[in-house]
Amino acid sequence: MMLMAWAALALPARADAGLEQREAELAAKLRCVVCQNQTVAESQAPIAKDMRQEIRAQLAQGRSDADVVAFFEQRYGSFVRYTPPWRPTTWLLWCGPFVAVFAGLALLRRTLKQRQTGAAPLTTAERERADDWLRQPDEESRP
Amino acid sequence: MRFALPLAIFLALAVMLGLGLQRDPRALQTALLNQPAPAIARPLLEDPRQQFDQASLRGQVWLLNVWASWCAPCRQELPLLVEFSRRDQVPVYGLNYKDQPDKARALLRVAGNPYVASAVDADGRTGMDFGIQGVPETFVIDGQGRVRYRHLGPVTAEVWQQKLLPVVKAVQ
Repeated sequence: MMLMAWAALALPARADAGLEQREAELAAKLRCVVCQNQTVAESQAPIAKDMRQEIRAQLAQGRSDADVVAFFEQRYGSFVRYTPPWRPTTWLLWCGPFVAVFAGLALLRRTLKQRQTGAAPLTTAERERADDWLRQPDEESRP
Repeated sequence: MRFALPLAIFLALAVMLGLGLQRDPRALQTALLNQPAPAIARPLLEDPRQQFDQASLRGQVWLLNVWASWCAPCRQELPLLVEFSRRDQVPVYGLNYKDQPDKARALLRVAGNPYVASAVDADGRTGMDFGIQGVPETFVIDGQGRVRYRHLGPVTAEVWQQKLLPVVKAVQ
């Protein structure tokens, strides 16, 4: 009897714990629209509290995580997602750093290669002039 | 010639970052732009037994001003809204956001009441439907009930003349 009562008490608590975890995960994925560099989970702003409450209420109604994100996105725009979605308008945002790194590496490689092979070989005329200078080192300093 | 490319890259970056600095990161365009305005199924501040009648506003351009008595800029904004809405014949409706009705009514008595009617959004749920980020905010809603503009922050003479009124005129 006591065990049954205990089980009855424990069950909703466990369901709540599941919801709570989903709520925490969602709150960490959404941006607080007032303090824009914080997630809804981190923020102490009243609006973030409202958003957490709304997340909880919607999860309790059986809505999926995607539904909840869509709910906020419809109201606040895709900006509300702390991690930007993968869309044509965000391709540059996602790929930009990698493109920059690869462009930099390619440039570095080209420069190093040029340095290694050194300057073009001297022509005969240039070689003769160089030999001249080397034979008369004291004349080199003259203007 | 050797420095042409780095210089060009530097200038391009400087221009891009310079333009970025001009933008206000808080001024997000509303996600509701050109979308139907969310339903304001809320009681009136003036008479809690009555509901805000959004359907009757079809066919006219109106402003929805989100306000609260705890919001200092709203106090300064109220007399201006009284003056401008009367002068330019633009009906202003209020959404009293997370406020206490007594305090809200008291503020309107002191500072002036620009609203044809105010809906009471005690828990802020309607405000969330509008995606509001702070108080005050002002929305321009057209004759078809669509959101055409959103202004963040208090309405000043400048904002009214240069932002709100042109939108109102354009959608009228």
